[in-house]
Amino acid sequence: MGATLKDATAIVGIGQTPFAKRLPESEKALACRAIIAALDDAGIAPSEVDAFASYTMEETDEVEIAKSIGAGDVTHFSRVGFGGGGSCATVGHLAAAIATGQASVGVAWRSRKRGSGPRPWTSTRVQLPTPAQWTRPFGLLRPADEIGMLARRYMHEYGATRDHFFNVALACRNRANQNPAAMMYDRPLTREMYMTARWISEPLCLFDNCLETDGALACVVVSAARARDCRRRPVYVHAAAQGLPAQHHGMVNYWNDDPLSGPAWTAARHLWKGSDLGPQDVDVAQIYDAFTPLIPLSLEGYGFCGRGEGAAFTEGGALEIGGRLPLNTGGGGLSEAYVHGFNLIIEGVRQLRGTSTAQVPGAATCLVTAGEGVPTSALLLRS
Amino acid sequence: MRADHSRPTGPATGPADPSVTVRDSMTTSLPPDTDTPPDPAAGLLLPVPDDDGAPFWEYAARGELRVQTCADCDEPRFPPRPCCPHCQSFGARWQRMSGRGRIWSYVLAHPPLLPAYAALAPYNAIVVELAEAPRIRLVGNLVAAPDAALNSVDPARLRIGAPVKAVFPTPPGGPTVPRWMLERP
Repeated sequence: MGATLKDATAIVGIGQTPFAKRLPESEKALACRAIIAALDDAGIAPSEVDAFASYTMEETDEVEIAKSIGAGDVTHFSRVGFGGGGSCATVGHLAAAIATGQASVGVAWRSRKRGSGPRPWTSTRVQLPTPAQWTRPFGLLRPADEIGMLARRYMHEYGATRDHFFNVALACRNRANQNPAAMMYDRPLTREMYMTARWISEPLCLFDNCLETDGALACVVVSAARARDCRRRPVYVHAAAQGLPAQHHGMVNYWNDDPLSGPAWTAARHLWKGSDLGPQDVDVAQIYDAFTPLIPLSLEGYGFCGRGEGAAFTEGGALEIGGRLPLNTGGGGLSEAYVHGFNLIIEGVRQLRGTSTAQVPGAATCLVTAGEGVPTSALLLRS
Repeated sequence: MRADHSRPTGPATGPADPSVTVRDSMTTSLPPDTDTPPDPAAGLLLPVPDDDGAPFWEYAARGELRVQTCADCDEPRFPPRPCCPHCQSFGARWQRMSGRGRIWSYVLAHPPLLPAYAALAPYNAIVVELAEAPRIRLVGNLVAAPDAALNSVDPARLRIGAPVKAVFPTPPGGPTVPRWMLERP
């Protein structure tokens, strides 16, 4: 066995801007604010930053960011594809670079004006990983349609109901109602509101869809040795994984033997293989929630329950504080902010620092996942 | 039947530009021309075939549903791609399908949508698994007649498992985008 990522690096700084439907500043300015806040949180000077990682969909680039914040000589920079599927891999790539000596202080970030900017699917000139000729002429236009198709099949095969999806939406909203930074902080959700909401892509209604947010977040990754000298309690990257399953087709995963076992299953196998822990050891989870059905699918993929049991897992308050697996404790993409899942990473760090607005008592391990249904990634964090 | 290794002859398919074109996007808001029947597909996105997918659309224009199939190991594959993921052969033929299948899943799309689709909302989008190759699943729409609109079937008729058959509309402006009708309407 060669070098391992296990606990070799830690997240030592986190930063974010406000979240809103519209923020006046540019994505570049928001990115700089989040990154400088994260470095300040860590107690590390910007001139020490020598690594960057972000999403291929990130519009601010390393050159602009590095020269704006005053980074030093940068020796590692990487981008991860497939939208929200890349969130955890940004930290994973930094961890790998730092653990192997390619760099010493890494910054991962995501800045996006998705609240005030255009919806990506309205641009018909952007090509998808699977050519749009097979979907768009038929009016399968939006991610909500593509995941709605899998959700309908999932409901058919396993008896999942809208109440199960509501359990997910409610848990996220309840946590957002505890988080003053969340867009839905003062907006409670009821079952009545959910069941009478307008459809977006039936079987998915408005509340099955994530928010549209302007905002930016960043975190700082250093070696475990360096982490001990930083300002905050280190949150160790215990394991990291990416997942692109054999014969996977992206969000329109209709063309393989088993469309309902997605990239989460692949990432999970690798994540647990590189970990001392298992699903039963996870105290709190931040699971990518662009759409509510991604939660039961991910619960199955990451091994919290058996195949087809993800919907039933959500029953009885399992995802609430005090339940079997407290979920998305800042409110998630559904109710805190949708910034391609980066807020899930930051909330995972807060939980393990003990500073969440919906703190799980004694939380020592947190699973964070990236977008399911696209080539994905995951992190297992520990205090 | 013509040789499967070659493509059918006919007009060139869509531009190489990796985008999706919109038919009549500038005219969809004009009053209907009383001399011609309204085109229920006006303004909808048209397929922009890539090199691998072009034969599918060329056969569809002739009313044939064909699936790329390995010339060496006979495994069908979809979406089309340059080589066989099972045996790595670059040889392929386009196997004609019966056009029969079953609804594997479906959604009913509601706004916000692109304007031409919003005008039809709620409309259905379905995934059909083909009778001869259940793992070949095609996205499509269930319609009441070959040239009928995307919202022409009562949503209450949509059922997972319902048998359907492919139909091939021939809109005046072309091209043919296959759609599906219930076997037992």
